[in-house]
Amino acid sequence: MTWMGLTKGLRARPVRAPQSGISRRKSLWERTHLDPWLLLLLVVLLVAGLAILYSASGQRIEVVMAQGTRFLVALAVMLVLAQLPPGKLLRWAPLAYGAGLLMLIAVEVVGDVGMGAQRWLEIPGVIRFQPSELMKLAMPLMLAAWLGRRELPPRWNDLLVCAVMLGVPVVLIAKQPDLGTSLLVGCAGVFVVLLAGLSWRFIGLLAAAAAAALPLLWINLHNYQRQRVLTFLNPESDPLGSGWNIIQSTTAIGSGGLWGKGWLQGTQSQLEFLPERHTDFIVAVLGEEFGLVGMLLVLLLYLLIVIRGLWLSAAAHDTFGRLLGGSIVLTFFIYVFVNVGMVSGILPVVGVPLPPVSYGGTSSVTLMAGFGILMSIHGHRRLLPR
Amino acid sequence: MRDRRKTLKNPEQELRIFRVRAFLAVLTILLLTGLLAGRLVYLQVVQHEVYTTRSEKNRVRVEPLPPTRGLIYDRNGVLLAENRPTYNLTLTRERVEDLDTTLDRLEDLLELAPEEAEGFRLRARQPQRPFQPALLMSDLDEIQIARLAINRHRLPGVEVEAQLLRYYPDAHVMAHALGYVGRINTDELKELDPGRYAGTHFIGKTGVERFYEDVLHGQAGLRQVETNARGRVLRELGRTDPVPGRNLTLTLDKELQLLAYELLDDRRGSIVAIAPRTGEILAMVSTPGFDSNQFVTGIDFASYRELQEDIDLPLFNRAIRGQYPPGSTIKPFLALAGLAEGVITPEKTINDPGFYQLPNDSRRYRNWLRWGHGRVDMERAIAVSNNTYYYSLAHDLGIDRLHERMSAFGFGRRVGHDIFGESSALMPSRDWKRARFNQSWYPGETLSVGIGQGYWQVTPLQLATATAVLANRGQWVKPRLARQIGDEDVPAQLPETPDDIVIDNDAWWDRIFAGMEKVLTGQEGTARRTGEGLEYRMGGKSGTAQVFSLGQDQRYNADELAERLRDHALFMAFAPLEEPEIAVAVIVENAGGGSTHAAHLARAITDAWLLEEEAPDVEEVREVMESDTGTVAGN
Repeated sequence: MTWMGLTKGLRARPVRAPQSGISRRKSLWERTHLDPWLLLLLVVLLVAGLAILYSASGQRIEVVMAQGTRFLVALAVMLVLAQLPPGKLLRWAPLAYGAGLLMLIAVEVVGDVGMGAQRWLEIPGVIRFQPSELMKLAMPLMLAAWLGRRELPPRWNDLLVCAVMLGVPVVLIAKQPDLGTSLLVGCAGVFVVLLAGLSWRFIGLLAAAAAAALPLLWINLHNYQRQRVLTFLNPESDPLGSGWNIIQSTTAIGSGGLWGKGWLQGTQSQLEFLPERHTDFIVAVLGEEFGLVGMLLVLLLYLLIVIRGLWLSAAAHDTFGRLLGGSIVLTFFIYVFVNVGMVSGILPVVGVPLPPVSYGGTSSVTLMAGFGILMSIHGHRRLLPR
Repeated sequence: MRDRRKTLKNPEQELRIFRVRAFLAVLTILLLTGLLAGRLVYLQVVQHEVYTTRSEKNRVRVEPLPPTRGLIYDRNGVLLAENRPTYNLTLTRERVEDLDTTLDRLEDLLELAPEEAEGFRLRARQPQRPFQPALLMSDLDEIQIARLAINRHRLPGVEVEAQLLRYYPDAHVMAHALGYVGRINTDELKELDPGRYAGTHFIGKTGVERFYEDVLHGQAGLRQVETNARGRVLRELGRTDPVPGRNLTLTLDKELQLLAYELLDDRRGSIVAIAPRTGEILAMVSTPGFDSNQFVTGIDFASYRELQEDIDLPLFNRAIRGQYPPGSTIKPFLALAGLAEGVITPEKTINDPGFYQLPNDSRRYRNWLRWGHGRVDMERAIAVSNNTYYYSLAHDLGIDRLHERMSAFGFGRRVGHDIFGESSALMPSRDWKRARFNQSWYPGETLSVGIGQGYWQVTPLQLATATAVLANRGQWVKPRLARQIGDEDVPAQLPETPDDIVIDNDAWWDRIFAGMEKVLTGQEGTARRTGEGLEYRMGGKSGTAQVFSLGQDQRYNADELAERLRDHALFMAFAPLEEPEIAVAVIVENAGGGSTHAAHLARAITDAWLLEEEAPDVEEVREVMESDTGTVAGN
């Protein structure tokens, strides 16, 4: 039954004949342009996230309340964005992208330095804002809008334009330095191009170029970033310094075993051995307290959201919608893969949270905004192909 | 242009491309998720045991429980060394985020002076066992404790630890005899059993504290605790209690010790009193004393320098390490040697013209009385401290027999049973001189030794011990400081006690004692002023040790020099004559002749010990002493 439900959106449903002359009453979902299955999966994830956060925050209910409030805001944003017709989004794309770019430049010039990195733009007392968060959505929006109008698969000159639109913000964010976000923004853009039909030859060429550029990248890394990579390769080399995080997180996950130590019973988490346990490393708390079973269930939940999201994207009525939706969903998966990979020690430590489970940040709001756009694309589709 | 491109768009193809790409994306996603799942299976199933162990090690910490150090009492149960509750500042380097910042913060909070801060930083960097807290500062006051408590969250790895700290109520009086405890230093750390000393910061450095370290320390206990990442203890999982150190009851009498200290007060010197029957040391004082409590909390550099550079050498334990020529105090022992070897008889006399000459040698060895004592027998030779008699006696004995006989009394060897850091001083011999100077022994040197000068050097403890053996009529007792260890008495028969001194005729002891009694009560006795009004029979012998030269590292100061060139005053005595209960040796540096100074102090000690009434008034003793302008010059 579930499978049926998941695939329901894909079927182009014919408009049913109006019965007894009265126009068909639209269902709640149709009126709100929301997808019930995606919404259900997301709400389950949010609730599970709050439960884990309660444990990870050292059972501080105020932290959970703050996060819950943020979730309500995020859901509201999703609801509002779902009502925007995709055509409006298409028109606003250059505006959003341009504004994001300007703010990134502003951060470069006047930004606040927080935690050793320039990431914040602040009008004191009014708002503190991370322009790179806006870019996470503005980037795929812009590229999808651009490529949606072009003949696909994209030509060389289109790709050049895309490369510039992609490259400038990514470099600016990387310079802040915020490698994690820059990676996510870059992925969001790259996914649009890939989904648009970038030729395999070109993909191979890019991969080769990337491999060749690795040493160059290494030279340009900050010392602490290099340290992270080295630590990833051999965490035991500095067990009390930069290796500490990864040793403690793998210890937490590994000691969880098959069934876990039980909710609120994880010694690594509750006794504060696990660093950043309610933000970037929260999944280690899950692994310790709920074991392999809990981990796999949450991974399955994420997987279902991704697949459902891709179905919805595929059902969009135009290329713009498909590219945008697909990119949003795939970027969401990158979060999960990079975060879980990092915490479990198969990827270097890059500052990527696990939304919406990780505490704080605007990333949960951004994420739900993305899903709002996805639902709008799906909910506003014309029911019959042109 | 724009329109032309738009017309070329092919929605069907674009949808197809998207579907293929999305399908490939799903495949990739499944692959990557499978990778993550594989990693999780590896961590949580395959390596589960490894990580469980690691997580247990994280949370469970074994904490040492240091034992309580044993208390030290005097023979009457008066507390001499106690443990006072104090608050110490400790730092665990492994839990500190940034050592320099933390130390800066601590300095500000505690308002440390720069010198204090220096020692502070030094201690923080001293090598430690991993995760063992290092002691930064002892004896915090209430304000400091409060400040640290408020700022605790800013100072991870820094703890205020309640600890019992050694305290010596009569530090100056007891410093040399008791010794003191101090922080365990790097060298000691290497030698110590880490299990026994886990959590202990202090160790006996000198004196009784050092010698009985094993007894006093006890055995550390352990407790397993659950801690969080910042090292805060959350609950106890298991525990082995520490075994406290055993208490020690000493042979010292605090009152007598105090009296001896006050008698010597403003001078440099030493008094050692021994119970001849048992070898129990009743008093052992070296002046000037010092405040040993300073060493417990960690003395600052300036104070330590001051103590070290003090010309009076307050840190120097004269009682067991001070080496003085014994002067005439050894005349009774030499007389006994002469009797035993048949060189003299009690009745044998010599004629003293005021000097002695070796055969075929024009050099005159002078008596202290220029015109001589005339006819002198053994008892008179002791009473008036005649040198000529002893030149002759020493010459007739020869250095070999003299050395052997004097060694039997303990001269030139360590005599104590439980004395830390005792010097053996020097009883010269032919062999010693050859080894030391590669020279043969000259007959004239034997004469110097015969009046307790020359190379011969004794410690106050040696002199008191020899006096006790003499008072015992040759029966040896080893001087000791411990009376009871815990509840067990220290056995009277101590190991490695030297052989008793046996002579052919027991009556000779009485003749020697008679001579010694005349020193105090005879008309000619060198200490007859001291003997006035004696309420018991007492034997003694005065001595004067010549100070030949100043030590090399002593600074030149005209006034000081004159004072420091004066002779040392010595006196040895025991009482009562019939049943000796106390033997005492007194040495007062640069006080002039022994009969005028040291003898009065010895009498004050024996009075205090033997008479029922209150201890003699120190002021009174001093007055008598000052009115004694010297019964006789010289001795």
